[in-house]
Amino acid sequence: MSGDTPLIQARDLSAVFDVSKPWLNRMLAMEQKRFLTAVDTVDFDIPKGKTFALVGESGSGKSTIGRMIVGLQKPTTGQVLIDGQNLFSITNEKQKLAMRRRIQMIFQSPYASLNPRWRVKHIIGEPVRAFNLLPSGEIDKRVEELLDQVGLAKSDGEKFPHEFSGGQRQRIAIARALASNPEFIVCDEPTSALDVSVQSQVLNLMKALQRELGLTYLFISHDLSVIRYMADQIGVLYLGRLVEVADRDTLFDNPRHPYTRMLMDAAPHIDAFGRTAEIVSGEIPDPINKPSGCSFHPRCELTADQCRRERPEVRVFGPEKARVACHLCTA
Amino acid sequence: MSNSPLLQVSDLIVEFPTRSGVLRPVDRVGFDVRAGEIVGLVGESGAGKSMCGSAIIGLIDRPGRISGGEIRLNGERIDNLPEERLRHIRGKRIAMVFQDPLTSLNPLMTVGQQLIQTIRTHLPLSANDARARAIGLLEEVGIPAAAARIDAYPHQFSGGMRQRVVIALALAAEPELIIADEPTTALDVSVQAQIMALLKRLCRERGTAVILITHDMGVIAETTDRVAVLYAGRIAEIGPTRNVLSTPSHPYTVGLMASTPSTTGSLHTLSQIPGSMPNLRAIPKGCAFNARCGKAFSPCFQDIPVLEPVEGSEVACWLYDPAYQNTKETSGASE
Repeated sequence: MSGDTPLIQARDLSAVFDVSKPWLNRMLAMEQKRFLTAVDTVDFDIPKGKTFALVGESGSGKSTIGRMIVGLQKPTTGQVLIDGQNLFSITNEKQKLAMRRRIQMIFQSPYASLNPRWRVKHIIGEPVRAFNLLPSGEIDKRVEELLDQVGLAKSDGEKFPHEFSGGQRQRIAIARALASNPEFIVCDEPTSALDVSVQSQVLNLMKALQRELGLTYLFISHDLSVIRYMADQIGVLYLGRLVEVADRDTLFDNPRHPYTRMLMDAAPHIDAFGRTAEIVSGEIPDPINKPSGCSFHPRCELTADQCRRERPEVRVFGPEKARVACHLCTA
Repeated sequence: MSNSPLLQVSDLIVEFPTRSGVLRPVDRVGFDVRAGEIVGLVGESGAGKSMCGSAIIGLIDRPGRISGGEIRLNGERIDNLPEERLRHIRGKRIAMVFQDPLTSLNPLMTVGQQLIQTIRTHLPLSANDARARAIGLLEEVGIPAAAARIDAYPHQFSGGMRQRVVIALALAAEPELIIADEPTTALDVSVQAQIMALLKRLCRERGTAVILITHDMGVIAETTDRVAVLYAGRIAEIGPTRNVLSTPSHPYTVGLMASTPSTTGSLHTLSQIPGSMPNLRAIPKGCAFNARCGKAFSPCFQDIPVLEPVEGSEVACWLYDPAYQNTKETSGASE
């Protein structure tokens, strides 16, 4: 496998949103245009059959990256390469459709992502119809197969989404994502609306499907414990930048960026009775007026002069090739 | 005084009459809270944990009602008080912190106005004294430049700062008990850690008791002294937090702990509890957990188990009933 190009390559992805007031208001108030950089030169690869996870707090840009990777949103700069092919430069409609078939997405809320007026078999069969994968007579059989694959009964196809619990609905969303035989699935907080006992069912199902079908995942979550369970490689986002990218074990055994360490310390531990987490002062700053230099410096325990002035570039550390954007990281 | 608990809840039942029958979101729940203690109510959605909190502070919406049991605050019954008397307890002696700080603050009033109004409702203070006290409270919950920020509106605060304001409001009348219902669920982890540390500090310094309602086992482990695990409106297991979480006895607690992923320790396949929490309209006969339990045997399908002491905790499970101990051992041997 090694030596092959990774299935997914995100190259210097940026997303800048214009959040200015309307022209007339701006002229009257003599204001400049204002821009919000939601994603800032993000760069990562996902090898085939692996799970890359993005973790970060609200406003870190993790969902925007997910949307750009599936082509729901055009990056301001940078490229998304799938099998070496730039997703946004395909102009041929037929090729575009063929590319779209290979990429699917699972959303956070299984309540908002399923059409309440459609029967489950209609929902799951939709990608098959949209991509014209099977003659209409064979769709029902394929839907039954998919229902079985995600652990639902064949008869469930006749029901409507409201007849299911949250966990079962997420299974329906997974079956729909699988319907077009994709190679790559972006999972945006797929279990954060679910209870723990149901969450583990869905996570285990996703892992089993990955093994069975050789799927590649981009897994987005704010929950480090879920990320640790699912990911092969992890990218930590802070205010739109990847501050650290490393293998799972490297990241958890030896977190190098101060923000990664802070996240790990702040996450509640089920076995740390009576512990009071090390308190980090402050909250995520306003993304429109980001702090100078390293965006994390106002909350960082280390902070040198350089951190206030210069934006840290990504450097590679250790035999594990962890990529860290911190001036003060030495090993 | 120090021995008798601050709050005693015994055999509490909450019922909602509906067209399709009477629903019981809370079914014979009982626990004590001592002064200065943090007690956790943990469970998945539909377990009845929020409903317990609402019942204690008298905020059950009609047609729901408390149809059985007692709630005593310092020995005095508060579950059957008329609304007029309840108003003196609510906010004054028992305060509540809700999940979403944005919806629990009035967007049209400054933070100061809301604090001063609450303070003067419950304490005989002049407007100036109340304002001074409001600033003091904001300082205590860790809002920087409190004297300047007091005239800001809620939307001018960040999520974490808003939750601090809500906690300041809850503290306004020096309550003996704070009920915090998922106080950090809407917040980021770094801010969650700040808010939990704040609650713990207030509890320690003021001797205020806290009932912490949450679905997060990690928060329970780090914050609470004792915990009650709820399932389908009943307490499955209750005891000292360390005891319940590190040596769980009820099969539901065991399953819950084993299905919770962790950032530390060895990585093993998460176990899963099959199925999901039963609907209130279709709670099975006997133990509500029987359909999902791998250890269920005949009595579990007949009668509702009651809490019995098991290794320092109390557990409602037929597996630990002395009358069935023998059956259990023989079935264990055959495994």
